[in-house]
Amino acid sequence: MSAQMPATHERQAISLFQRDIVKRALIDSFKKLDPRVQIHNPVMFVVEIGSLITTVTWLIQAFGGKPLGGGNEPAWYTFLISVWLWLTVVFANMAEAFAEGRGRAQADTLRAMRKETVARMRDGSTKAAAELTRGDVVVVTPGELIPGDGTVIEGIATVDESAITGESAPVIRESGGDRSAVTGGTRVTSDEIVVEITQEPGQSFLERMIALVEGAERRKTPNEIALNILLAALTLIFMIVVATLRPFGLFSGTSISETTLIALLVALIPTTIGALLSAIGIAGMDRLVRRNVLALSGRAVEASGDIDVLLLDKTGTITIGNRLASEFVPMPGVPESELAEVAQLSSLADETPEGRSIVVLAKQYGIREHDMATLHAEFVPFTAQTRMSGVNIDGQQLRKGAGDAIIELVRGEGGSPPPELQAVLDRIGNEGGTPLAVSRDSQVLGVVYLKDTIKEGMKARFDQLRAMGIKTVMVTGDNRLTAAKIAEESGVDDFLAEATPERKLALIREQQQDGRLVAMTGDGTNDAPALAQADVGVAMNTGTQAAREAGNMVDLDSNPTKLIEIVEVGKQLLITRGALTTFSIANDVAKYFAILPAVFIGTYAASPGGKGPLHVLNIMGLGTPRSAIVSAIIFNAIVIPLLIPLSLRGVRYRPIGASALLRRNLLIYGLGGIIAPFIGIKLIDLIVHNLLGG
Amino acid sequence: MRRDIVTSVIGIVVLTVLIGLVYPLVITGVSQVAFPGNANGQKVYVNGKLVGSKIIGQSFKSPVIGKNGKPEEKEEELVTEADPSYFQSRPSATEGGAYNAAASTFSNRGPNDKATKEADEENIKEYLELNKPYDTGLTTAQVPVDAVNTSGSNLDPEISQANAWVQAHRIAAKRQLSLAVVDGLISKYTDSRGLGFSGEKGVNVLELNLALDRLTKGTP
Amino acid sequence: MTFAGWLTIFLFAAILTALAMPLGSYMAKVYTGRRVFLSPIFSGPERFLYVILRVDPKREQDWKSYAKSLLIFSLAGWLLLYVILRTQNAFFVPHGLNPLGYHSAPWNVTFNTTSSFLTNTNWQYYGGETTMSYLSQMIGLTVQNWLSGGVGIVVAVALIRGIIGRSGKSLGNFWQDLVRTVLYVLTPISVIGALVLVSQGVIQNFTTYLTAHTVTGLTQSIAMGPVASQEVIKMLNTNGGGFFNVNSAHPFENPTAFTNLFEMLLVLIIPAALVFTYGRMTGNRRQGYAIYSAMMLMFLGAAIVAYIAEAHGSPAQHAAGLHTHVISGSTGGNMEGKEQRFGIAGSALFDVVTTVTSCGAVNSAIESFTGIGGAVPMANLSASEVIFGGVGTGLYSMLLYVLLAVFIGGLMVGRTPEWLGKKLEAREIKLAGLGILITPLAALFCTAMATASHAGRASISELGKGPQGFSETFYAYLSQANNNGSAFAGYTGFIQPNAGNVGSHGVTFADLLGGFDMLFARYAPILFALAVAGALAGKRVTPAGLGTMRTDNPTFVVLLIGVIILVGALTFFPALLLGPVVQGLTGHLY
Repeated sequence: MSAQMPATHERQAISLFQRDIVKRALIDSFKKLDPRVQIHNPVMFVVEIGSLITTVTWLIQAFGGKPLGGGNEPAWYTFLISVWLWLTVVFANMAEAFAEGRGRAQADTLRAMRKETVARMRDGSTKAAAELTRGDVVVVTPGELIPGDGTVIEGIATVDESAITGESAPVIRESGGDRSAVTGGTRVTSDEIVVEITQEPGQSFLERMIALVEGAERRKTPNEIALNILLAALTLIFMIVVATLRPFGLFSGTSISETTLIALLVALIPTTIGALLSAIGIAGMDRLVRRNVLALSGRAVEASGDIDVLLLDKTGTITIGNRLASEFVPMPGVPESELAEVAQLSSLADETPEGRSIVVLAKQYGIREHDMATLHAEFVPFTAQTRMSGVNIDGQQLRKGAGDAIIELVRGEGGSPPPELQAVLDRIGNEGGTPLAVSRDSQVLGVVYLKDTIKEGMKARFDQLRAMGIKTVMVTGDNRLTAAKIAEESGVDDFLAEATPERKLALIREQQQDGRLVAMTGDGTNDAPALAQADVGVAMNTGTQAAREAGNMVDLDSNPTKLIEIVEVGKQLLITRGALTTFSIANDVAKYFAILPAVFIGTYAASPGGKGPLHVLNIMGLGTPRSAIVSAIIFNAIVIPLLIPLSLRGVRYRPIGASALLRRNLLIYGLGGIIAPFIGIKLIDLIVHNLLGG
Repeated sequence: MRRDIVTSVIGIVVLTVLIGLVYPLVITGVSQVAFPGNANGQKVYVNGKLVGSKIIGQSFKSPVIGKNGKPEEKEEELVTEADPSYFQSRPSATEGGAYNAAASTFSNRGPNDKATKEADEENIKEYLELNKPYDTGLTTAQVPVDAVNTSGSNLDPEISQANAWVQAHRIAAKRQLSLAVVDGLISKYTDSRGLGFSGEKGVNVLELNLALDRLTKGTP
Repeated sequence: MTFAGWLTIFLFAAILTALAMPLGSYMAKVYTGRRVFLSPIFSGPERFLYVILRVDPKREQDWKSYAKSLLIFSLAGWLLLYVILRTQNAFFVPHGLNPLGYHSAPWNVTFNTTSSFLTNTNWQYYGGETTMSYLSQMIGLTVQNWLSGGVGIVVAVALIRGIIGRSGKSLGNFWQDLVRTVLYVLTPISVIGALVLVSQGVIQNFTTYLTAHTVTGLTQSIAMGPVASQEVIKMLNTNGGGFFNVNSAHPFENPTAFTNLFEMLLVLIIPAALVFTYGRMTGNRRQGYAIYSAMMLMFLGAAIVAYIAEAHGSPAQHAAGLHTHVISGSTGGNMEGKEQRFGIAGSALFDVVTTVTSCGAVNSAIESFTGIGGAVPMANLSASEVIFGGVGTGLYSMLLYVLLAVFIGGLMVGRTPEWLGKKLEAREIKLAGLGILITPLAALFCTAMATASHAGRASISELGKGPQGFSETFYAYLSQANNNGSAFAGYTGFIQPNAGNVGSHGVTFADLLGGFDMLFARYAPILFALAVAGALAGKRVTPAGLGTMRTDNPTFVVLLIGVIILVGALTFFPALLLGPVVQGLTGHLY
């Protein structure tokens, strides 16, 4: 009974420090200094303009000129500030380049398998794979690569899909039904199939996947746009603050140089989040890819964090796909052990999960295991006509099968089924189970109760989802009674019984009408409308092409519980943005305390050249005014690369309820954001101050 | 648009009549009937002559008579000196002479101004000169702040109890009263806190001085 | 510091809360059109006013229409007030209503004053009893004391409607909201309040100024006027424009420690009640409690700092040799510019009450506050008047901050931020961000202009040397940008060499810059607030779940305070340093 959930296939995580990624990222960091690239990120654009101005100032000073906008700062100070401002921009670019680099590495592996293949059309002609269009019909034989995405219209074959899923065991693809979709680039390992192509040239699954992981088609998501606006507004506010500081300073008898003002501006505007924002978005997508989920839009990833309702198919998701024997119900006068033994014998050769489960259950009755060979038994396999299976041993016919089929068989043998039989069959049916009648020759011995079995750990998962604030709804074709029973046992919040595709769609619409965001998984063609209607529709890769196109994500592992992980990735994405925004803004307190006392050290001093009242605000005890400003700018710059790993990995999501989570993150990133720079700037100052020699 | 303009014009006119005329007139009418004394400023008369308002502070300094027999003036303001037989109000910096209740003003002395310090020093000196002869132990450190700092309105009708107690020595001597009698009067004219907790106690200088006059000069 | 002093502060907070809660519920009923106990009295006049004003109260307005009505009505009010102030000595003004025959103030001062009263600022570049006729005070200034506050309140109500709106884009009807505010909220409190004030000694008459002959042979001239009717609404609608030059320090405006308490309650009662109204109208009273807690915490923090700073005394006092600690019969402290009956605590508290709101009334000279004591009102103003704030303005400004806090906090719990079930997207963030940006922008820009220019520095008082001059200037434009109106009163825009205004002239630069500062910082945020309301009104509501960030618990209160301090007040940190903080950190005199 090892019907485990399909394992999540963690793609091999690509190390951040893989050599070629680092190299490429470094190069890109400088390429991205192009103002046309920077303008899309208002925060970093301001930093870049600032860097330019300070650099010009330094050049003027280097050639013996006076610094722009007064002040009497030495050239080395202007130079240091310029360098670190440029580094701030470079670090920001690096974050994005690293994120892209990881995606690109994934894409490269994918691209490597996109070989030029020649498609063999059904009429015998050939066509380059790249030229296939929707509706073309091709024939693929064992060992060949499937030339494009499509649907199997004839035949059944095993296909090695490891290229896209990472799963090495071949899967079965057959015409008709829910296992008909094939993906271009995968290899047929047995049998010949005829495939109707369902893609346009250049739009194959593989190509879209490459584009997605590379971030080539990345567009800003709604939430990212909103956050960007907030950051731009903050930048604007601080630009006003810094611009007006100059006349304020002059009024107070303090001349502040252009360089220092720019340093202050850069320190105050939210550079940390501004630098990491796009990396966070790319990394979110990348994290999904590593979980073998393809999101067809960034919007869907974000939306997955907002899911309120999760629709789960009962079969295969909540219960294991097959019903298992749970009880032997003997007829009057028949000992239970006898029924168990016959049931076991009749199932010996039955390799179906149901058959195996009967053998396992019989073991609990102390029936020792028999061996077909030693018993000289003859196996009678299940057929659609007989609707039963069994063995013939020593002239005895042992059978198990559908109730009416067994009754017919027994009557044919001249026996008469006991009157209690029908009642038992009905009861089990009503309870949602499947009854299998067991007979020996003309005698009905009893019934095996086959029952839905809930997967292990489902209850915990649902508890986890509930803690996330997500309501789970089980969807099943069973009647209400059965559905209610399974719902209760599995701990799912609600259920939809006697589900039809129409009722499923209606349920989604109803939830959405109430303002809830709905996610669902599906694989069949009849799931397609619901998948399209759901806010997050995750199609199983094993499913039909229709389902794969209707959803906005594809799970390559075809693991229905993957949704939980998808939700986590979506939440992580938003949390990381919020946490780093908070951190970034909270940092300003310390930066003020580093820079302003430095700027105003001599303001209103009792004697010229002495220290004014504001020097007591130098609570960090920074060495000199210049070392203080340089240290603040260095901190501001290096915090970016230090946070790259966090922004790529994402801040962990914990299903502890929103209030506890907020409290936790406020403490870490809010309070931490206030405290950390005090420590960081002080440490940097110790170094800088010593290097500069006071 | 046109509709808004019409409504706005009618609205502002109608509301101006209701709020700007009807409302203040109604309040005035009711007040004049219900609280005539308060509504008219708690005027205080002595011998039928208006001497001030109970709640508006005033100066108890007298004009200095010059050699020509007329009150001396300096920069168009009367030169005055404290009348030692009266409790003195807080310093006042209104224009046109102290306690000009037709033009209230803040003195606007900043906390870090040299001018504030100089004014304080001047007031301390004056206060000591006036009171030290009668309260010989009085030192700068014991001068109550309200006796030196100008008030907000510069029309403060009250002084602190501490201030009154210092001046009581002088008043007792000048008016030949026992200190206990003067202190008793101070207690009588000390206003309590609002609802028993809000604000501070203060001594109404005009009421106290008039009470003294009644006691020693026999004024009604 | 004394026990009574602390009691003054904390009992005030308790009384305020106890009174604001029922008023908040009452106002929620008024604005949702339910019957209240005053309906029998006011429903008749209400209908009558609709007929006269030709208003159909059932006509629902979207945000643009609502804003248009508001702007046109304000413009009409502006024009009328300007005309009234400029013609106060015209032939048609009865002598009794201009007993001293005051001339009008020059055009530039009048521009400033008119803009000031329209915007609920009540910044005063004039001295009430030395320049204004009774008639101007009544039909000009008092009327706008009512209406400018009313306009603020209706904007807050409209924003609440937008936030809770479940269908369509309607924010209600501007005229209906305004009429209801005037009748059901302002009228009963004003009438009763005015009579309470008279009963305590606030004057209410039309006699000419008195001349008294003092017992020491001096004459004293005493200003009179219809004060109580204006005083009550000046406080209630957080206007702050005093009848007299020294505002609520004047014994005729604020005669006793009790009236001081009463006036402070009048100032905060509507801003505090509106928070509860918000909770009621959202259907979850805890929403109101959360915001109220954030406001109250910041309020108490400010009051405590101010009280401690003022009780400590000023460098000038100490340099002169004064001892400022508590002695028997005197509380000591910085009594410069403070009235004996209010004391240090009553003055510090009043100052905090009027600067967290947009009231701008003063009962003591803020200019004479110690450095840190003076930094408190400036910090309050720096928080953009969200700690209770002006009537209406406080709540709508606060709600814009709540929106930002929800956005940042919402991300941190891993959902697209939702506020009362409505998803916050780019449009709302843009509008709220701009709405929040206006006040710092206006205040800092104007202060920079005024400190950098010769014409600007002309307004600084003779005594305003060194950092004090900066504080004066910064306070002036910060106060006007926040529509507060309190001042470091040495800063001037009006020179009055002769009584009766003859020959007086305005400081054009200060008058105009201040006037535009007030107008811009009033109407731009109103428009943004209404636009936010419009953007939120039609949004679908997501039911709250376990994963939704709550906006009604202590964690959110902390977050909100953090956002206000980090985003709002930090903006002004450098400016605060150069003014009051320098003064607070030094014993040096300038």
